[in-house]
Amino acid sequence: MVNKQVATIQAAVADIKDGATVMIGGFGTAGMPSELIDALIDQGARDLTVVNNNAGNGDIGLAALLKTKRVRKIICSFPRQSDSYVFDALYRAGEIELELVPQGNLAERISAAGSGIGAFFTPTGFGTLLAEGKETRVINGRNYVLEHPIYADVALIKALKADRWGNLVYRKTARNFGPIMARAAKSTIVQVEEVVELGQLDPEVIVTPGIFVNRVIAIPRQSVAKAA
Amino acid sequence: MKRMTRDELAARVAKDIPEGAYVNLGIGAPTRVANYLPVEREIFLHSENGLLGMGPAPAKGEEDPELINAGKEPVTLLAGGCFFHHGDSFAMMRGGHLDICVLGAFQVSVNGDLANWHTGAPDAIPAVGGAMDLAIGAKQVFVMMDLLTKTGESKLVDKCTYPLTGVNCVNRIYSDLAVIDVTPAGLEVIEMVEGLRFDELQGMLKVPMTLKVAA
Repeated sequence: MVNKQVATIQAAVADIKDGATVMIGGFGTAGMPSELIDALIDQGARDLTVVNNNAGNGDIGLAALLKTKRVRKIICSFPRQSDSYVFDALYRAGEIELELVPQGNLAERISAAGSGIGAFFTPTGFGTLLAEGKETRVINGRNYVLEHPIYADVALIKALKADRWGNLVYRKTARNFGPIMARAAKSTIVQVEEVVELGQLDPEVIVTPGIFVNRVIAIPRQSVAKAA
Repeated sequence: MKRMTRDELAARVAKDIPEGAYVNLGIGAPTRVANYLPVEREIFLHSENGLLGMGPAPAKGEEDPELINAGKEPVTLLAGGCFFHHGDSFAMMRGGHLDICVLGAFQVSVNGDLANWHTGAPDAIPAVGGAMDLAIGAKQVFVMMDLLTKTGESKLVDKCTYPLTGVNCVNRIYSDLAVIDVTPAGLEVIEMVEGLRFDELQGMLKVPMTLKVAA
């Protein structure tokens, strides 16, 4: 019997190695897998490269991970926010490397990694600082920049429900990077509010097919609210 | 001469958004345009974090931290609205599926280059988000801005001195003093606030422009 559900959150993140590239879902705090991040902090892996849209909010979740100084580099589109003070301080002190990527290029580079695409030409960023040094090409009279995939060892994402085969449905705008990160990482670890029986997720509305998911951990909503 | 306020400007932009349009309103002043879209006109608001059919802010106490806009503020979803992931969301933007986006700007050049993401100051922490995708992706790129900086310098320039967001991408500028089209033939002023003469505007901006003659 295949059962991707793991019993404890410690077991879910146990084998994340030093030096790993870790994709973390979420747009701000919507969809951020805070409990998985806390478990990663407790687990202790260091020298990490983190891929996220932002660079943490307040002192929780991703910001708490950055605060441990175990993140060597962050790849993101929008680090600077009103409450990104943890990142801001590390960046100004030269204690974290930043690779700034236009948001759509970030999404497409993640998608490309999961789709087996070697690289792609995109019009986004052409003629800007963020395309400096990159190969360009004119295709059908339009200017494009060559962008490469972002591969990850691990993706930590949050969804609403899963079954034991790892099929996922999401909730509202918390979906954001989940579906594309799930397929870009060698190992995708998902926290969900509820694990349901096989067949209870309508196959017409499953967003992430279980083939892209390795482990599922149930974190009931009540404890999510308490943790926040 | 009476400069347009932010809200008057938002109302002016809203006038040009037709029924059925798929529209992304940038963070900041452009968000206000939503307040002036007539309710009887069906317009699809897109937010790059993954929703179409975005509604107004929820009533107090009804906020859902998992239903937010690109500015991470709580919003609502209209009946018929939907959610999607970032790959799809940016396909809508980059793929030319949005009819209009409205963005703020630090500078716009005479050929429609846009600078709105980074001042280039050495101590600034850069952040770009979806600005570059919107700039090159929407069918029409509207900019909303004051024409002059606080120190009186023109934000319409021959060549942007701030780092670019996109090259040759702005179609129209809605400003506190005038509405200006970026055309292959150069800047064309299509409206001015009451009491402003074209030669006065020209004197303030110091970039070549023409006045559209009423048909």
